[in-house]
Amino acid sequence: MLSVMILLPVAAALLVLWLGDAARARLVALATTLVLLVMGLGLWAGFDSSTAAFQFTERQEIFGGLFSWHLGVDGISLVLILLSLFLMPLCILAGWDSVQERVPEYLAAFLVMEALMVGVFAAMDILLFYLFFESGLIPMYLIIGIWGGKRRVYASYKFFLYTLLGSVLMLLAILWMIREAGSTDIAALMAYDFPVEAQTWLWLAFFASFAVKMPMWPVHTWLPDAHVEAPTAGSMILAGVLLKMGGYGFIRFSIPMFPEATVQLMWLVFALSMVAVVYTSLVALAQADMKKLIAYSSVAHMAFVTGGLFALNTPGIEGAMVVMVSHGLVSAALFFCVGVIYDRLHTREIARYGGLTGNMPRYAVFFMLFTMASIALPGTSGFVGEFLTLAGMFGTSTSLAVVMATGVILGAAYMLWLYARVAFGELDKADVAAMPDLKPREWAIMVPLAAGVLAIGIYPAPLLAPLKQPVASLVARLERAGPPATGVIRPVAMADPADPEPLS
Amino acid sequence: MSLLQSVAVGASEVILASGICLLLLVGAFRGDRALEGLSWAAVLLLAVAAVPLFDQGPGGASAWGGLYVADSLSRYLKLLILLGSAAAILVAVPFLRRARIARFEYPVLILLATLGMAVMVSARSLLSLYVGLELMSLSAYVLAAFHRDDARSSEAGLKYFALGALASGLMLYGISLTYGFTGSTSFEAIRVAFAPGAERNLGALFGLVFILAALAFKVSAVPFHMWTPDVYEGAPTPVAAFFGTAPKVAAMGLMLRVLLDPFGGMKADWQQIIIFISIASMALGAVGAIAQTNVKRLLAYSAITNIGFVLIGLAAGSDAGVAAVLFYLLVYLVMTLGAFVCLLMLVDSEGRQREDLADLAGLARTRPGLAAGLAIFMLSLAGIPPLFGFMPKLAVLNAAIDANLWPLAVIGVIASVVAAYYYLRVVKLLYFDQPAIELIVAPGEQGVNPLVLGAAAAFSSPLGYLLLGPLSAFGAEAARALP
Repeated sequence: MLSVMILLPVAAALLVLWLGDAARARLVALATTLVLLVMGLGLWAGFDSSTAAFQFTERQEIFGGLFSWHLGVDGISLVLILLSLFLMPLCILAGWDSVQERVPEYLAAFLVMEALMVGVFAAMDILLFYLFFESGLIPMYLIIGIWGGKRRVYASYKFFLYTLLGSVLMLLAILWMIREAGSTDIAALMAYDFPVEAQTWLWLAFFASFAVKMPMWPVHTWLPDAHVEAPTAGSMILAGVLLKMGGYGFIRFSIPMFPEATVQLMWLVFALSMVAVVYTSLVALAQADMKKLIAYSSVAHMAFVTGGLFALNTPGIEGAMVVMVSHGLVSAALFFCVGVIYDRLHTREIARYGGLTGNMPRYAVFFMLFTMASIALPGTSGFVGEFLTLAGMFGTSTSLAVVMATGVILGAAYMLWLYARVAFGELDKADVAAMPDLKPREWAIMVPLAAGVLAIGIYPAPLLAPLKQPVASLVARLERAGPPATGVIRPVAMADPADPEPLS
Repeated sequence: MSLLQSVAVGASEVILASGICLLLLVGAFRGDRALEGLSWAAVLLLAVAAVPLFDQGPGGASAWGGLYVADSLSRYLKLLILLGSAAAILVAVPFLRRARIARFEYPVLILLATLGMAVMVSARSLLSLYVGLELMSLSAYVLAAFHRDDARSSEAGLKYFALGALASGLMLYGISLTYGFTGSTSFEAIRVAFAPGAERNLGALFGLVFILAALAFKVSAVPFHMWTPDVYEGAPTPVAAFFGTAPKVAAMGLMLRVLLDPFGGMKADWQQIIIFISIASMALGAVGAIAQTNVKRLLAYSAITNIGFVLIGLAAGSDAGVAAVLFYLLVYLVMTLGAFVCLLMLVDSEGRQREDLADLAGLARTRPGLAAGLAIFMLSLAGIPPLFGFMPKLAVLNAAIDANLWPLAVIGVIASVVAAYYYLRVVKLLYFDQPAIELIVAPGEQGVNPLVLGAAAAFSSPLGYLLLGPLSAFGAEAARALP
């Protein structure tokens, strides 16, 4: 099943290239992504949430014993795979009309991306993971460079070289780990106790890669450039899924494989997260370009993920997963919201808009919903995630929680101000007033995203259920690694996080 | 050992040598018209020469009074060399016709160089080593100047010859020093004399350094790389393709054998030298390529960077390191060959060969297949996963980490990021930019070249991973031939 989910989009990409005809290529791509979504839902339906073990495992020794084609999912990978599969058809739809140039190549790049995303989250062999993780650079480089904006060449280089530099150090760490543990199997490496003195170095090497991918301050600077220059669908997939590979890396590798180093170095992550959430929120306030503003807000939201993950307790880690999923939906939706009006007026400058509630009321409603979700209003997915992460961080460090909570307020400031400038005010610009409201295709993208945001916000239990066991075993792994040196982790007495009642 | 037994052990070389005489005679009588036929005959000859390699036993068989050895290492390297030479002959004919240098000597000279390389990698004495090396080099000098009416080609030939002669001199000086301090040119005797713990003389170390310098010249490792960009640029493109493939494999294979067999006991001495030239090659190759405007010069710097990576495996000096080097050479040969074939097919509407980087702009719009192939080779040479070029880099890094050569591994990966920049620049030109010139499908370029290009591209693409099992077994077997 998982192999098929990786090979099918690759085959579809080749078919699309071979067809060479834009209209048919679009249909093939859309059909493929929908089939994959259905397969993903099938995976979810057949998933057993009562265990932390990997499921749907497959193993083929086709690489001559160096490493193996070994796939499987646990709750954490399942959730992220579902997120990728959910966003992909929407990305294809988002570029349906706005991309008219070299359409088959464009769709093929997206289909390959989809295969690689599934591969990253499903790989159970660490070298296979690295292969998928790095391979994503090539299609993304092409997407930004061919279909991007004015400074696309600069942005594509920056994206590629930044992330490559982060990853190569991780590769060396991976090779050392394989030699030490004698296995490339992720499950075996997660159970292996690496020597404590080596863990720090390994942790830092992995951190170099995931912090860039995430991205964390101060290595976030590639992100605004890449986002601003990428086409709408490229930004959607970049913010929606690619950033999550960093968070997935922390939760799959850094924390369980180097628990002692994690506890020793959590202060570093906390410090960077605190700086990120305040600094990038302030930077976001000052942006004149809508996409750049949302890009900086992504960095701030990812700081919640790192803060929650390294709180190293159940609500923190579960909350970080929910923030990742929520941000995947919300940032993709916000980038699409920008894309909708960009397609009409061909500018991303905030000052060029205003009063959109007047001529585009339906659009304004959706934009409002996603703005609120980004602010973490109760009832939206953002609230569940930020509430849980803050609760987790509070359990570990009060000062961290206080600073991060400031980020929520600043987030409200820049998002509401953005919305006010774009949607409210006088509709005094003639070209803005002439913009038509949502088209059916745009409805088809907005509605699923809005439904997802609300569903997670109102009833997050189905999302949290598969996470419960893997997170529990992760926390148990941390406890087994010994009490943290500083003793900052205290058990948190909380209501069952699988059943929060945010609305009561 | 009788002469007949020696002939049987060295059957490949005997076949090659007699075939070369025959082809030379045919060429002399039939003239340049025979180029096409001679090329195919040469490829056939190379295929026939490969046959005896397959039924050699697993162990090493010595012949010609201990000058020559046929073992799994020489077999592996010879198969690569024969493959590279055959490809260099096959892809050249349309180019030679376009450049009006379709002379029958081309396949014959390549065959002579191939014979030299075969002797080199089977050498078991410093003398047979030198004879093989010189046969290869002399043929290569002539090949570099093959376009004799072209000033750049003549310059390349002369430059290659002058510097090559210097390297040969260094080599001979090193050989004489080694002979002076050990009393023998046989690898076995030298190994015994230089065994760890045996009393050694500073002069012997000098011998090692001189031999090493000459070998570094042949693989174009820094600081003996200066000839590479000029010769690549000046030599006719198929000749440059040849220089970039088979001779690199042969010289690197020879380096493996010389350092690990006769000088194996002096590993502590040569390891530092190899680490230094490895770092220097990776760094200089990566930085030097950035400013290039000519694709051939770019590929020359790419060769320097990649040789630096190959040397990481040699610096490790372990079985895993040797296997990684051998695997790297195979993948590198295919990728480089593919890149040069792309370049060969770059012909503008006036029938002129284009080789400037700027000429690649927008190729994805005008020649999508060619552009896709070149992009695959570039990204594969850069070692970006999922292309197959990633695997040999992984193998050498793995060997370095096994040997605890951390600084080398870290500098290696950082150099690969710097190098990624210029490979990406080619992809950027191919895919992001607008076409600048009009290209045509030149006459004669529809036949063999697209086939070679397609096969090389498939190998360099993720499909190559399916061959990992057999290839690594083959390489590991070859690595076991060294003590």
